[in-house]
Amino acid sequence: MASIPQKVIHDYLRHDKKFPHVWCAGCSNGIVLGAIIRAIDDMKLDRDDIVMVSGIGCSSRMPVYIDLNTLHSLHGRAIAYATGVKLYKPYLKVIVVTGDGDCTAIGGNHLIHAARRNLDLTVILVNNNIYGMTGGQASPTTPHDAIATTAPYGNIEPDFNICDLAMGAGASFVARTTAFHAIEAQNMIKDAINHPGFSLVEVISACPVIYGRLNKKGGAPEMMKAMRDNSITKTAAEKLPPEKTEGKIVRGILRQDIRPEFSDEYEKLIKRVINKGEENE
Amino acid sequence: MQAKKDKVSEAPKETILKELEQKRERKMVLMQGNEAVAYGALDAGVDFFAGYPITPSTEIAEILSAELPKRNGVFVQMEDEIASICAITGASLTGAKALTATSGPGFSLMQEGIGFAKITETPCVVVNVQRMGPSTGMPTSPAQGDIMQSKWGSHGDSPAIVLYPDSVKESYELTIRAVNLSEKYRTCVILLLDEVLGHMREAVCLPDMANVRVISRIKPTVPPHWYKHYDENQKYLSPLASYGEGYRFHVTGLTHDAHGFPTNKTTEAAEMMERLRKKISYNIRDLVQIESHKMEDAKIAIFAAGIVSRAAKAAIVQAREEGIKVGLLRPLTIWPFPDDAVRKMLRNVDTVIVPELNQGQFIHEIQRLTKDKSDGNIISLQRVNGTIFTPNDILNKIKEVS
Repeated sequence: MASIPQKVIHDYLRHDKKFPHVWCAGCSNGIVLGAIIRAIDDMKLDRDDIVMVSGIGCSSRMPVYIDLNTLHSLHGRAIAYATGVKLYKPYLKVIVVTGDGDCTAIGGNHLIHAARRNLDLTVILVNNNIYGMTGGQASPTTPHDAIATTAPYGNIEPDFNICDLAMGAGASFVARTTAFHAIEAQNMIKDAINHPGFSLVEVISACPVIYGRLNKKGGAPEMMKAMRDNSITKTAAEKLPPEKTEGKIVRGILRQDIRPEFSDEYEKLIKRVINKGEENE
Repeated sequence: MQAKKDKVSEAPKETILKELEQKRERKMVLMQGNEAVAYGALDAGVDFFAGYPITPSTEIAEILSAELPKRNGVFVQMEDEIASICAITGASLTGAKALTATSGPGFSLMQEGIGFAKITETPCVVVNVQRMGPSTGMPTSPAQGDIMQSKWGSHGDSPAIVLYPDSVKESYELTIRAVNLSEKYRTCVILLLDEVLGHMREAVCLPDMANVRVISRIKPTVPPHWYKHYDENQKYLSPLASYGEGYRFHVTGLTHDAHGFPTNKTTEAAEMMERLRKKISYNIRDLVQIESHKMEDAKIAIFAAGIVSRAAKAAIVQAREEGIKVGLLRPLTIWPFPDDAVRKMLRNVDTVIVPELNQGQFIHEIQRLTKDKSDGNIISLQRVNGTIFTPNDILNKIKEVS
């Protein structure tokens, strides 16, 4: 065993400053934070060169706990802030932590345009299917018929498939996993950080206290089991007929393409402009 | 992994800027207010612009899209104005001198982001070339409707620094001053332009860079574990680290303590709010700039900003030819408001005329400062129809009250 995971995590936390954390018992955010920390540690990245940016919501509270350059920004705007950070110092690794409401409702516009530009940001989207921090209102990923405090008779809207949305907008790396599959999440986050372009990792997560209660999904263990039993790898899904994969969470790297990255393209533009100026002398 | 370097090109920034400076022409040129803002921004050291096209400010973005790459700076056209204010704030936290330019509708969209820049004490500049009316209004017509919005637009109390030029040359100068003040006071500084000023062409000679005073943020000298993101340094002006420099600080729009971590303690919340207020109110002398024109013997005073003051000056020439003693008080800094100068004006004149291209905004501030009946009469002159005051409009009012 290379290292004791607990020790690794502790080393990266602002443990003397901002604890106890705000998350409810059974929340998946801690698992996702752990996966991010282990991914960073495995990659031996310099902490000074990582900036973690978030918006507003439960998962967006993550940056305050981790000893990196951290920016807890406005609701929905994490990707827009991250764009400024990344473009000014392209050598920085910029990780955006966001939620389903933050990133696909109020922040949907920034998501699709960052994906289109293919700016090298790593977006880790924790999808708990609800607005947890404000007490359980319907989000764009609240399933049809599910109960939310603003959908007391059942949600009549269809939900977003976030990975399809990101791929449609041109994201060059898109992956999906669940909080149950913590090691898989860790590895996907590593791949996403390594990917030279816009990457999005959707982590399906459990919100037992708000979403679970409203929808009678049981406690945290039951919701974790459901993620295990109701998910299927992309490879397995490809071998099955469509009717057998319906309603299942398909896990895996759904897209991994190399195409021109925005800050690289900007660098090329600068070189072109400056060299052209010299030629004219 | 990409090599660690400060910016995208290998050539050191200083060398590039020096070369551009040598190429710069020292002669009178005909220039628009918007162009003057763009060149003022570059001379102040702005190296990051994120914006969204909007009439009547678009030329600023267009010029910077051509000029910033030459200087190894970043230009990015964002998906909307909300993203623009966020991107410049993110870049500023990473060390950039950052600016965006917009007009009314975009300025309204930016308000939440302006509040974030203020509470997190992140330097940045927003240029608002004002257009007429609420909503889409008259995009190519002038008005001064954003006087109060530039102070109160963002929710919660947030003290503002807002500058207001009256000429193309001053647009250049106040852009530099806006960037300087944003760096010094670590806040979002707003530059208000009148639409006609943005598009008006005047002869300008840009100064040598040696004569341009550029202020940059103070960087921390302490080791990272001693660093406080909001240090209670002298007059509340504290050093600012950037991302990627080893300080690993936290920035949040939540009420925070001196280290930048969120807090719910009432004492710390009050301290933070006081700090934001005192940073401005303890430095009024440095922030407030006014022009006092022919006020020495004036019995009638005109209080006007921006393009309206130009008409007022022409009216003053004509009125004085007819023997009416009239002068002009013009704020270059509209927020914080020049209270002392206005009080003095009120004491010394019989009548104050406040012409403005709105339904009465400056007038409230003048009325606020009226102490007793011995102070001068205050007369409001308003116009909101997409046109500006002519000198005659103001002259007629002067004659009427004299």
